[in-house]
Formats: sequence, structure tokens, C-alpha cells
Amino acid sequence: MSKTVPVVIAALVGFLMIFAYFVPPLLSWRQTAEEWFTIVATIAMLLGGANLCVHHLQKISDRDAGWGFSAVTLAAFAITVGVGLLKVGVVPESAKHLDHAWSGQFQQEGGAFWWIYQYLFSPVVATMFALLAFYVASAAFRAFRAKNLEAMLLLVTALIVLVGQTKDREITSLFLPTPSDGSLPWMPIADLTEFIRKTFVTAGQRAIMIGVALGVVATSLRILLGLDRSYLGGDE
Amino acid sequence: MTPTLLDKLNSLDRRWIFLAMAFAVALPILLEIGSDETPSLPTKKLFDRIEELPAGSRILMAIDYDPNSAAELAPMSLAFTRHCCLRRHKIYFVTLWGTALPMIDVTIKEVVQAEFGSGDKPFRYGEDYVNLGYLPGEVVAISQLSSDIRKARSQDVRGASLDSLPVMKDVVSAQDMQLIVNASGGFPGAKEWVQYASTPHKIPLAAGCTGVQSTQMFPYYPDQLLGLVTGIRGANEYESMLGAKYPQFAVMSKRPASRRGGPQRWAHRLMIALIVLGNGIHLANRYRRGTP
Repeated sequence: MSKTVPVVIAALVGFLMIFAYFVPPLLSWRQTAEEWFTIVATIAMLLGGANLCVHHLQKISDRDAGWGFSAVTLAAFAITVGVGLLKVGVVPESAKHLDHAWSGQFQQEGGAFWWIYQYLFSPVVATMFALLAFYVASAAFRAFRAKNLEAMLLLVTALIVLVGQTKDREITSLFLPTPSDGSLPWMPIADLTEFIRKTFVTAGQRAIMIGVALGVVATSLRILLGLDRSYLGGDE
Repeated sequence: MTPTLLDKLNSLDRRWIFLAMAFAVALPILLEIGSDETPSLPTKKLFDRIEELPAGSRILMAIDYDPNSAAELAPMSLAFTRHCCLRRHKIYFVTLWGTALPMIDVTIKEVVQAEFGSGDKPFRYGEDYVNLGYLPGEVVAISQLSSDIRKARSQDVRGASLDSLPVMKDVVSAQDMQLIVNASGGFPGAKEWVQYASTPHKIPLAAGCTGVQSTQMFPYYPDQLLGLVTGIRGANEYESMLGAKYPQFAVMSKRPASRRGGPQRWAHRLMIALIVLGNGIHLANRYRRGTP
């Protein structure tokens, strides 16, 4: 029963969403299903938050390896949720609601939540992203070597695309005649980059996308028909 | 035995490479070395579409990125919004990312309020633009937005009823928009807007995405995406076109992407030099070992 009911709900809602796409009178049903999805997703978010707390409290309690990181995670989670919900540092924005301290937005500029976002979250994630430049440069020097024919092809393509992405691509047309009709001069590297993108990259991407889409259709049908119940957890 | 240059290069400490990259990026920033870009066709198509739409057209500005990719996407969001304001289009800001609300706030503050918030015909909140805020539910939110905005959200980000805002008059769903412009940093993003809004409901859509995402997005161009702006180079192209058409925005202080063109160019040059040097070392090692 505990497995059958979720499978039936998933099948009914799933087929409703498919049929509503082709049968317009079913639109209102689809909209109701979407509203329900939003509500269920919100409840799932609460469940996720609770699960996060239980998991990390367990790690701290057992003194598992790296339990200190769990303590930092929990503290960060609690502080962020706390200052967001309590609107710490938020002031009323409208003259009509001056008596209502909580009438401002939770992410209002100057508030504690805004401060955390601006001076903790934002620099941390931007730094993580920026570090890529250093590691990619190191990898380019140490690992990107023409050890065989395939690596050489990859290397030459990468160099063409790399130059083609910068203004330096225009240098390659310096010694070529300028068209008399005023149009852009022929830029060998830029045109080659465009050719690689349009021909090889887009063709490859389309093949991957069509393959993935067919896989999604097959998997979705298996789920809707109740043949694949792995999303319910357990061994099924 | 004294180590040769090849030996030294073979055991080069990676921190020298990190230092070189730091200089390649920092010096152009400190010396304010910017760079213009020649517009590519996918960028030009979006620019032309915003330019051609009659004043007062409705544009849904979907800001789907967080500080992770803001370095690439924030300049293009500013440029798109600036262009829409210059053309006096009505702008509907929205995001599918919970962490993107401050990105919308920055765009509104730096462009709509700072540049177009005063003067003869100032841009007024609720009349010329609205911030619909964060819509939870990812692709379901796009689907709701495409069939009935009020099912997705009945209030704006300030808590005002959508029905009380003049800018929302006669707007039922995203199908009432003349164009959706999406700055996409990942999932949910441009791909999902194509699949759940643009293609099923025939809503014109254009996107700006990170350089890494561009290979995934180009298969949708030009049929499902009428324009595509990729990475900081695309944003630079857009700013260059905006500067050429509206000279008051040609100054470098108004062009963050063009200012980042210099560091990007020098970082790419360093990468090319490192690849060439690395392969030179590889060939020299093979020659020394006597293998062909």
C-alpha cells in the first residue's frame, strides 16, 4: 500500500500533464496539479532542512571525521534562516506601514540577511568560480600535451577556439585585403571558430540532446507505468 | 650536474603559473585596459529585436543566476535592461533562482533607478516596471507563468497585489509578453525557458548565457532562441552596439563587460602561451629521450 499509492498518484498526475498539453480543456486540471506541486515542493524543502539538521547533528554527536565542518554548516544554516525569518535589521519601506516593523523585505539592503548575502555568500562563491582560472592555467601547461593524434587534434582545435574567442582573432586578417564594399574583412581564425561551432559542436550537442531526450521519455514512461519504482527508495 | 633550462621547466612550481595568471588578470584591471568587440550575429539579432519593438512593449526579464556566474552575466543583464529602458519598454523582472533576488535588485538600482529614475519621463515602479521576484518550482514555475502569472504569484516582491499595478493591466500570462530575455547561469535557465515557455506557447525568447553553457544553447539558435549572447565576450559585443547607437553609454564606466574584455584577452594569451610552452617542453623531452 505504501508503495502503490505514490505510484498511482505519480501515474495519474504524470499522464494528466501529458494529456493536458494536447487537450486544452484539461488546462485547469494541469494548473491545479502545478499548484499542488509547489505546495508539496515547499513541504519537501522543510523536510530537507530538517534532514540536514538531523544528519549533521548525528555527525557531531558521533564525533565523526570532519564533525567541525558539520558544526559550521549547522551554525551557518541556523543563522541564515534565523535572520531571514525574523527580518533582522529590516525597516518598514512604505510610509503606510511605519508601525509594522516586519513590513520590509527580508533581503532589504542594510538588513542582516542582505549583509550575509553581500559579504559572505557572494564573495565565497565568486572566489570558488574565479579559482578555476588558476587551475585551468596550470592544467593547460602540465596536461594539455600532444601525446598522440587525438590529443593533437584536440589541442589544435582548442587553440583555434581560444584565439577565436578573443579580439586577437582580428590580428589574423591584418595582412589580408580589406573588402571594397565596406563589409568585414575575412578573418581566418574567427571563421574557422564559427565553422567548428556550427558544424562539429552543434551537431555533437544535438546528437547528445536527442539521445538524452529519448532516454528521458523511456525512463518517464517506466515511472508512469509503475515499472520503475526506484524513486521511492528501497530496493525496488 | 647543473640543471638545464629544460630540467627547470620540467619541475616548474605551479605557483609561478598562478602568479602569472594573477598578473595577467590584475594588471589590465588596474591599468583599465578595456576592449571593444565586433558584434556577432546571434548578439546582433537580440539587439535588433529590442530596437525594433515598439515603445511600451512588454519584456519579461528572467534573471536566473547567482554570484557564481555574476561576473559573466551581470554585465549583460545591465545592458539588456538599459536597452529596454532606452526604448521605453515595460520590464517584468522575475527569477527562478532563490539566490538571484539581489541580482535583480542590483540591476534595478544601477540601471532603472540610477539612470532612468528621474528626468522628464522617469521610469516608475508599478507603471513601467515590476519585480515579480522569486518563483519557486523551477520548470513548473515557468509553466505556471506561461499559462497564468497570478497562479504562480499573486503579489509582487513588495507584497503589492498584481491587480493593483498598472503595469500588470491586461497581462494574464507570459504569452502577453512581446519578448522574454533570459540571463541564464545554469538550471533552471535558458534551456527550460525554451522547453516550457517559448516553444509550446510561441513566445519569442532570447538568452544570455555563460561561455561554458554556450555549446548547449547554440543548437536552439536561431529557431527557438532568436538571439544568443554568450559570456563576457557577448556582453561586450552588446555594450559595444549600445555605445555605438546611444553615445551617452559609450563611456567605459558604463561598460563593465568591455572593461573585462582586457583581462580576459590577456588571460587567454597567457593560456595560449602556456599550452605552447608545455608542448615545447614535451617535444624537447621526447627528443632528449630519443623517442620519435
